[in-house]
Amino acid sequence: MSIHDEKYAERIAAQFAKYPTKRSVVMPLLYIAQEEYGWISPEAIQEVAELCDMDSTQVKSIAGFYTMYSEKPKGKHWLQVCTDLPCALRGADEFYEELKAYLEVEDGGTSRDGLFTVEHVMCLAACDKAPMLQCNFHFMENLDMDKMKTFIEEKRAEAKKQEE
Amino acid sequence: MHILLRAREIPDIHKYDVYVKNGGYKAFETALKMKPEEVIDVVKASNLRGRGGAGFPAGVKWSFIPKNEPVKYVAVNADESETGTFKDREIMETNPHQLIEGALICAWAIQATAVYIYLRGEFWDVAHELDKHIAEAYKAGYIGENIQGTGWTCNVYTHLGAGAYICGEESALLNSLEGKLGQPRVRPPFPAQKGGGLYGEATVVNNVETLTNVPWIINNGADEFKKIGTENSAGTKIFCVSGHVQKPGNYELPMGITLRELLYDYAGGPPEGRSFKGILPSGGSGPVIRVNDTTLDAPLSYEGMEKIGTILGSASIIVMDETVDMAWAASKIIKFFTHESCGKCAPCREGTYWLDKVLDRIMAGQGSLDDIKLIENVAKNMQGTTLCALGDFAANPVIHTVKQFPEDFAKHARQPENGKSNKPAAKQKATAGG
Ligand code: FES
Repeated sequence: MSIHDEKYAERIAAQFAKYPTKRSVVMPLLYIAQEEYGWISPEAIQEVAELCDMDSTQVKSIAGFYTMYSEKPKGKHWLQVCTDLPCALRGADEFYEELKAYLEVEDGGTSRDGLFTVEHVMCLAACDKAPMLQCNFHFMENLDMDKMKTFIEEKRAEAKKQEE
Repeated sequence: MHILLRAREIPDIHKYDVYVKNGGYKAFETALKMKPEEVIDVVKASNLRGRGGAGFPAGVKWSFIPKNEPVKYVAVNADESETGTFKDREIMETNPHQLIEGALICAWAIQATAVYIYLRGEFWDVAHELDKHIAEAYKAGYIGENIQGTGWTCNVYTHLGAGAYICGEESALLNSLEGKLGQPRVRPPFPAQKGGGLYGEATVVNNVETLTNVPWIINNGADEFKKIGTENSAGTKIFCVSGHVQKPGNYELPMGITLRELLYDYAGGPPEGRSFKGILPSGGSGPVIRVNDTTLDAPLSYEGMEKIGTILGSASIIVMDETVDMAWAASKIIKFFTHESCGKCAPCREGTYWLDKVLDRIMAGQGSLDDIKLIENVAKNMQGTTLCALGDFAANPVIHTVKQFPEDFAKHARQPENGKSNKPAAKQKATAGG
C-alpha cells in the first residue's frame, strides 16, 4: 500500500501543477492517502509529508484539524448524518436515532459487520432535503428509514457476494 | 426572473453548449474589450454587494487591489457552511459556467494570474463536475494562456476543503488553500493588500453568488441591475428557506420582497394547522426574530432586516413554528459553533464550550434562573473579542433567543424554593459584586 502507486501518479502530478507551493498540495494528497489506506494512517502521514516537503507533525495537525480526514479506520460506508437545526426541524434527530438502532451502533461507532460507520455532522448544505446524509462524501437526500433499510441490506448483500 | 438560478427556465444550462447558446461567455468577451478599470467601474456602479454575508460592495473590493503587482489572485468562496445555506451548491450544480464566467471577469478586472475556487470538502461531487466545466471553458480558449488574444494568462482551479466551517472566513480560507490550518489571520494586512492575500499576494475573495451576478451586470448594465431590488440592496437574492414551511428550497427573488410574501406565496406557509413562531433570517449566526405582523412585513434587504434587529447575511432563512422550544433551538446552534470554533481565540473556544454546557444543563431541567443570566453574560463577553466573527456569530443566537423568547428558557429552569435563590448565598454575593 502506498500513494506512490502508479494509479495515483497522474492525479498527484495534476495537483502539484495547480499551486505555486508544495505545501498547498497537502489537502488533496491527504484525500488520496485516505482513499488508499481507508484512513489517515501513520504511513499515509509520512508519505504525504515527504511529497509536500513538510514535517510529519505538521501534516498530522492538518489531518486532525479537518473533520473529513479520518484518524481511525472506518467502515466501508461512512454515513454522516446531518442533525443540525434545519434538518432537525424536519425529523433528522429521530431519523438518526432509528438508524443507529437499526445498525446497533452508538454515535461514531461501526456496525459489527464492519460495513457501516455512523456519525452525526453539522449542516451539509442540503437542508431542504432532510433527512439527509453523506455516504463516503456522496449526498443521499430526502431519506426515511425504509429507504435506509433497503440501502443497508443491499450493501450487506453486495459484501456477502464479494466474500464468496 | 432569474439571474442566477436560470436552470429553472433553461433546463440544461449547466452544459457548455446550452450556456453558450443562451448568451454564455458574451459578457466575458465584452469585458475583455474593456479596460480592467472600466469593468470595476461598472460593477461599482451596479451596487452589487457581497452575497456571502457581510454585504460589502464587490466593485469597491476589487478597486482595492494594487495595479502594478505582477501576481494577483481571485479566490472564490464556495465553502457554503453556514447552517441553513444551500444556494451556492445549486448555482454550481445548475449554472456552473456563469460562475466561471463571473470569476473570469473579476480576474480580468484585477488582472489576476489565477482563480482558485475553494469548495467545502463535502462538495466532492460538485467539485469534480466543476472541473469538467472548467476544462470545457479552457478548451474554448476562455481560460489559460493568451486568453482570446489579449496576451493575458489566467488559470482556474478548484480546491476542496475538508470539513471546517471556519474556512468560510476569508483569511482562514486563504490559510487553508496554502496548506495550513484553516484559522483566521490577524488583519491588517487585508487580503486585497500585498502581504495579506493568497501566498502573500493581493487577492479578491468573493462568494459564488456574488460572482455569478457579474456576467448579467456586464451584459445588461449597472442601471438595469439597480432597477431590481431596493436602493441599498440592488439585484436579486437567493433565499434558502428551510425548516417549518410547506415547500423548503431556494427562491431567487428581488431584494425587498417581504418575509410574508416569501414564506406564504413561495414557500407555501407553515405546516397544516400550525403557525410561525421564530425565524433565523441569516442561518445560525444572526439574531432570531419573533414572528408578528411587523416582522412579517419587513422587506428582505440589508437595511430591512437591520430595522427589525437582525441581519440579511447569507439569507439562509430557518423557519420555526409554534411547536419549537427556542431554548432547544439555541442549544442546537451552540453545538454547531462549539464544534466549529477553530480554537485560536480563547473567548470563542471557552465561551462556546461553556454556553453548550450550561444550555445542556438548562435543557435537562437542572439549570436555575441564574444560569440564564450566566449564558447571557458569557455570550456578551464573546462579542467583539475575537479575531474573526465566529465568536460574535456564536454569541448572537443565545443573546437574542433569550431576549426574544425568555419564556422558553424560564420554563426549563428549576424554580427557587420558598422564593429564595437556589444558589449558595456567598456565590450570590460574588455574582452581584463582580
Ligand atoms: S441542516 Fe442539515 S443539511 Fe443543512
